[in-house]
Amino acid sequence: MNLLLLHQRPDIYFVVAAFLLATGIYGLVRRRTLIGMLIAGELIFSAASLNIMAVNRFFAPDPAVGQILVLFIMGLAAAEVAIALSIIIAVYRNYRSIHSTDMSELKG
Amino acid sequence: MKEIPFAPYILLAIFALAVGTTVAGALIAAFSTRIIRGVSGLMISCIGLAGLYYFLNSPFLALMEILIYVGAVCITIVFGVMLSEPDEPAQQEKRSHAALWGGGAILACLIVFVALSRLSLAGPWTLANAPADAGSVRAIGISLLTTYSLPFELISLVLLVAILGALVIARSGRTKE
Repeated sequence: MNLLLLHQRPDIYFVVAAFLLATGIYGLVRRRTLIGMLIAGELIFSAASLNIMAVNRFFAPDPAVGQILVLFIMGLAAAEVAIALSIIIAVYRNYRSIHSTDMSELKG
Repeated sequence: MKEIPFAPYILLAIFALAVGTTVAGALIAAFSTRIIRGVSGLMISCIGLAGLYYFLNSPFLALMEILIYVGAVCITIVFGVMLSEPDEPAQQEKRSHAALWGGGAILACLIVFVALSRLSLAGPWTLANAPADAGSVRAIGISLLTTYSLPFELISLVLLVAILGALVIARSGRTKE
């Protein structure tokens, strides 16, 4: 295995993507505020994008498809962050807190 | 054109820098106690990810990653941090309890990481031969306007609805008070 051609091997990108996924899952489990969970979710999005890009670069017959797919993922992530932050702000107005343990009642 | 001396080594160093930035940013984002440091870690991670995209033959997506993630998503999260009090609460649960859950979470994530890495390192990857000019910005533009024109329009609609919805949700809480 030639170390100098490391950036032309697909598996290193897969390992980095797996690492991003693992840290994202850890953050999603351990963070106790909504914004922290949102950040961890963005890490998982990044892992998925990197994985798709690596597969696209090395195995896809037409490398434009994966790039367009990742562009769509970025657009959806932006929309998701806008919605989630507005919900977080609305929750903060009602509860004066965005800790995930405090939001334990439903309006019935 | 004259060959730059030690070009492969410089390339390897830049690649290692991109990977290291991504990994370090992800670690900061997941493990920092202050939430604003987590947002900064996400920014650092996205910059490193842009470098990795550049190595994956797509400079257009590298630019988009910096523009959308660092420039839009992280700044929006910073605004969210500004408008609420997101810092992690002081240790409420018992210390042994916290250690148990933290250890369990780290163990689960290590299992995910090691299993996926083993899968990707063990597989015999046969590389496809793509044409040299495929995946250029021109090719992306052409397929966005022909094959993928409907998803392209739909995503603009989704973004519009998301912005309107965000305004409506954030505003309705204010009028109630």
